[in-house]
Amino acid sequence: MSDKKFDVVVIGGGPAGYPAAIRAAQLGLTAACIDDYKNEEGVRAFGGTCLNIGCIPSKALLESSELYHRAHTEFEAHGIRGGAGVGIDVAAMQTRKRGIVKQLTSGVDVMFKAAGVTGFKGRGKLLAGNRVEVTTDAGVETLAANHVVLATGSTPIELPIAKFDGKRIVDSTGALAFTSVPKRLGVIGAGVIGLELGSVWRRLGSEVVVLEALETFLPAADQQVAKEAMRQFKRQGLDIRMGAKVTGASVQSDVVKVRFESGGTAQELEVDALVVAVGRRPVTAGLFAPDVKVPLDKRGFIEVDAHCRTGVPNVWAVGDVVRGPMLAHKGMEEGVMAAELIAGHVSEVNYRTIPSVIYTAPEIAWVGQTEEEVKATGRPYKVGTFGFGANGRAKAMQQAVGFVKLIADQEHDDVLGVHIIGPMAGELIGEAVLAMEFSASAEDIQRTVHAHPTLSESLHEASLAADKRSIHGINR
Amino acid sequence: MSIEVKVPQLPESVADATLVTWHKKPGDTVRREENLVDLETDKVVLEVPAPADGVLKQIVAADGAVVTSGQVLAVLEPGAVAAAAPIAAKPAAAAAAPAAKIVAAPPKPAAPAPVAARPDAEAEERVAGASANRMGPAVRKLVEEHDIDPKSIAGSGREGRITKGDVLEYLADHQATTVGIEHDVLAQAGVAGQEPRASGPSRAEQRVPMTRLRARIAERLLQAQQQAAMLTTFNEVDMTAVMALRQRYQEPFTAKHGVKLGFMGFFVKASVEALRQFPLVNASIDGSDIVYHEFFDVGVAVSTDRGLVVPVLRNAEFAGVAEIERSIRDFGERARKGGLQMEELTGGTFTITNGGIFGSLMSTPILNPPQSGILGMHKIQQRPMVVDGKIEARPMMYLALTYDHRIVDGREAVQFLVHIKDLIEDPSRLLLEV
Repeated sequence: MSDKKFDVVVIGGGPAGYPAAIRAAQLGLTAACIDDYKNEEGVRAFGGTCLNIGCIPSKALLESSELYHRAHTEFEAHGIRGGAGVGIDVAAMQTRKRGIVKQLTSGVDVMFKAAGVTGFKGRGKLLAGNRVEVTTDAGVETLAANHVVLATGSTPIELPIAKFDGKRIVDSTGALAFTSVPKRLGVIGAGVIGLELGSVWRRLGSEVVVLEALETFLPAADQQVAKEAMRQFKRQGLDIRMGAKVTGASVQSDVVKVRFESGGTAQELEVDALVVAVGRRPVTAGLFAPDVKVPLDKRGFIEVDAHCRTGVPNVWAVGDVVRGPMLAHKGMEEGVMAAELIAGHVSEVNYRTIPSVIYTAPEIAWVGQTEEEVKATGRPYKVGTFGFGANGRAKAMQQAVGFVKLIADQEHDDVLGVHIIGPMAGELIGEAVLAMEFSASAEDIQRTVHAHPTLSESLHEASLAADKRSIHGINR
Repeated sequence: MSIEVKVPQLPESVADATLVTWHKKPGDTVRREENLVDLETDKVVLEVPAPADGVLKQIVAADGAVVTSGQVLAVLEPGAVAAAAPIAAKPAAAAAAPAAKIVAAPPKPAAPAPVAARPDAEAEERVAGASANRMGPAVRKLVEEHDIDPKSIAGSGREGRITKGDVLEYLADHQATTVGIEHDVLAQAGVAGQEPRASGPSRAEQRVPMTRLRARIAERLLQAQQQAAMLTTFNEVDMTAVMALRQRYQEPFTAKHGVKLGFMGFFVKASVEALRQFPLVNASIDGSDIVYHEFFDVGVAVSTDRGLVVPVLRNAEFAGVAEIERSIRDFGERARKGGLQMEELTGGTFTITNGGIFGSLMSTPILNPPQSGILGMHKIQQRPMVVDGKIEARPMMYLALTYDHRIVDGREAVQFLVHIKDLIEDPSRLLLEV
């Protein structure tokens, strides 16, 4: 029996893979998408880490826990009585999360069907000659492909000194699945994932200690924002210890003892659960047949050029398995780019305007260069900042915390970076991304009408502040 | 009721003009005063503005046609025009850079403003094409404020869109090319200063043939340098006295004469006085004769957004300071609107140029043939000077006099300049003619 033939076979059905397959199909190519993921109930689903055990479930829990938290801490200010007595049913919270995940992942099946993508729920392996071996529950078959797109994503890094046991020492997947609120929760890693997961359980009542080996908090973020973030998280009761290097962790009769070094002294912490969130590594194990030579870089990522071409002709790689920020939207745009290039179109990803978002409360989001990065280039710049404390909408929402910071070139006024900490930062950053895509100047934002009263006005005011002509702020 | 757009009355000495570029094509909406087409003569480039709001119905004379006074160029259908952006659609032919309405007359090697470069249609499309209509608010504001044709700005943004930075750079480039009649004009006036800035790190070159006018200017500048034995002598003048006068009398002066008291009035009067004392500087060489002029027509270089023009103050010896200031202001306004007549730009026995308004501290102006002298004014800057044995901060200006050594000797030139310096440093001498 001859192999099924496809113009494009995508190995990996996460946020980089499934858009690649769908875009290819939209452009008239025959496309297949293979994904191996099986959820905790043993059910196979597309959507990758993002939909199943990453972005979506974490946002669902963040939303639920935030509401609980606001009931307790904020309802009174609104004059709503009974907030302090609000309780949490973790099982119900998890059920809602699972429901959302199920809806979205089965949505990918619908999208595939509608676009004409053939989905394979199984394991894909790249063979020589651009053939792909697929092992599903039904058996093994080989696909012949003109082009192969590798989108196998990433997986949490395991620390040898704190190996996962699936119950008390867990990775992010485990932390998303707790069935009860841990009394004390340890988190190794004060990155995005550690902060988000730590926030969820803190809000629901855990005592949370976050241990971060680095001295600098959120090094990729603008440090003015990082400082404000630390302040806010501390106020929320997140005990974040910087410069705390974990040396070992062991489970001893229902508690986890965590040993770490901080400030030159050895310390120990006892928690009921420990989440290891020190980063993610690319997944390529079992992806290549022995006679297939797709070069990897020294950190294990598949090596690609600016257009996601690997060292093997007609083999592409996108998403978390290649270099660059491990963000779903970055993977998505790379997947689409690969599909378009395969179809013979001109396409590229603008890596300079990829926004980053941290879904804590307050939310943090940014695009472009931080002030530290701009300073390092030596080019003269100006900064405009506007606090949500002076924003009417934020006050009405009882979330007047944080600020918008805009950095622009001193001479030519082009916007170099926008940094937001505050309500809906992840949504507000969209305007800044679009502005930067069009090489906008601060003046362009100044002269664009922003609805009132909205949070987006803060971006408007920040752009005015850059030229010391803020209306609602004090210009110094 | 159609309107015919005709060639304006050309000066007597000019037989015909060449139609350089249409900026609109049939079907385009035009607004009153908007530039429709450029005409070029040996001496000047003329812009023909739309006589009314409306739609350009038909073009009668095509690009490159030779036309005469009064000839019909196009037919315009007048009508109300919705308040659209002042800069409308793409041109049919090559883009013209914003030339002054009348850009330079023959003896003026000036007009370093980028005149109509003619990049090939493809390059123009690539560089400036898509962006004309899609400008962000900051760009729209700048373009309107400075009356720039956006087609002449290369866009470095997405799909060739013009960014604010692109406009600012364009303005900086063009300011740099209008600093008086100086030695570096040749370099600035070359094609390099006119090319649209390529977007992105390109190593391609663009070959753009010079327009007739640019070629003429280049030719004349070279001629001036080759024919005259040009030298420049320098001096410095302490502006304290003049500045004190201005401070003291600004209010009543402005109230009485309706024009502000600047520096030019003083410098023109001082120049005339010095020219009286050293008539050779006011003379010109014609063949083997020296022609002494017994009148003083002083050309004053005026910078407009579109380039340098040098209107002439006829018989400046009879004008008072107020009249001089008023004339210069009037010249400036009309130059910016393109209302200077060709007669006002020709002739002149001496020229004054001022690079100081752009920040120039010192420079070597080029003569305006057939004139034998040109005075260069510069930036006034506080400097430590020795006054009565003590060091004081004084507002100083360097003065430059470029002269034709064929008839003006070094001694004359130096003393001429010293005289101007003395008169400015003690303006009462202007009154007493000493």
